[in-house]
Amino acid sequence: MAIGIGHFLSVGAILFTLGVFGIFLNRKNVIIIMMSIELMLLAVNLNLVAFSSFHGDLVGQVFAMFVLTVAAAEAAIGLAILVIYFRNRGTIAVEDVNLMKG
Amino acid sequence: MIVQAIAFYAFAAVTLAAAVMVIAARNPVHSVLFLILAFFNSAGLMVLLGAEFLAMILVIVYVGAVAVLFLFVVMMLDINFAELRQGFLQYLPIGGVIGLVLLAELLLLLGSDAIGSIAPAVASSAPTPPINEVTNTAALGELLYTRYVYLFQAAGIVLLIAMVGAIVLTLRQRVGVRKQSVGKQLRRRREAAVELKKVVPRGGV
Repeated sequence: MAIGIGHFLSVGAILFTLGVFGIFLNRKNVIIIMMSIELMLLAVNLNLVAFSSFHGDLVGQVFAMFVLTVAAAEAAIGLAILVIYFRNRGTIAVEDVNLMKG
Repeated sequence: MIVQAIAFYAFAAVTLAAAVMVIAARNPVHSVLFLILAFFNSAGLMVLLGAEFLAMILVIVYVGAVAVLFLFVVMMLDINFAELRQGFLQYLPIGGVIGLVLLAELLLLLGSDAIGSIAPAVASSAPTPPINEVTNTAALGELLYTRYVYLFQAAGIVLLIAMVGAIVLTLRQRVGVRKQSVGKQLRRRREAAVELKKVVPRGGV
């Protein structure tokens, strides 16, 4: 009944898979895609913390904090790009994004 | 021990259920709310792992900042979300296949007894101090502000660049809006503003 590292890693694996699945499922909606990316980053953080805890090594938690920082920055920039894209085109359909070049 | 197991299974189950709802919910606002639920429960998992500081940071940064940002954007953009969901079932088979393959690979790796048996090749350079002597927050701070201080500064610069970038991207000069320009007002002199005319009596201007 003891909870080992495998339990936490399984949760992380399923969470990551759900993130990947969400990207495929919501191909048109950028907001849901970004939420799926957040889910994947959360799974990565969970894995890092699990290894850090079970191996008694604090560096994993430090690295998880940096992952968190980058995730926050990514969300801010991504949503800003989304807002100006919507302002210019009036839609956020991902299929049209390739028209944005140049 | 049994309490820990019950807490783990409860947190894990709610996290995964909320993650399913994030990608399956019809309304994006509900998706964001389920994302918040998933973050809260993974914070609980991190508390179980003994990473209290990271758990609190997760709640503050993800729930307090990122999820609320998502909520703002979802509510502010006037999008027809029903139209965006049209290909939902069309992508289900390929996404399901890829997801199942990935999950099978990851679980095979976990089930292969490789994770539990492999100990780190070298001894940890930053071992976790005993929890009744140094708290998790203090131990993290001692590591972060000494050995990883340059990385810490770099993380700060990343956040600064993200902030400046987001502001620059979304800033716009609106035309046709009457705004007060204090500098222009102060630069205005009497000579430019007032003109004295000599008016001839009964002549008009």
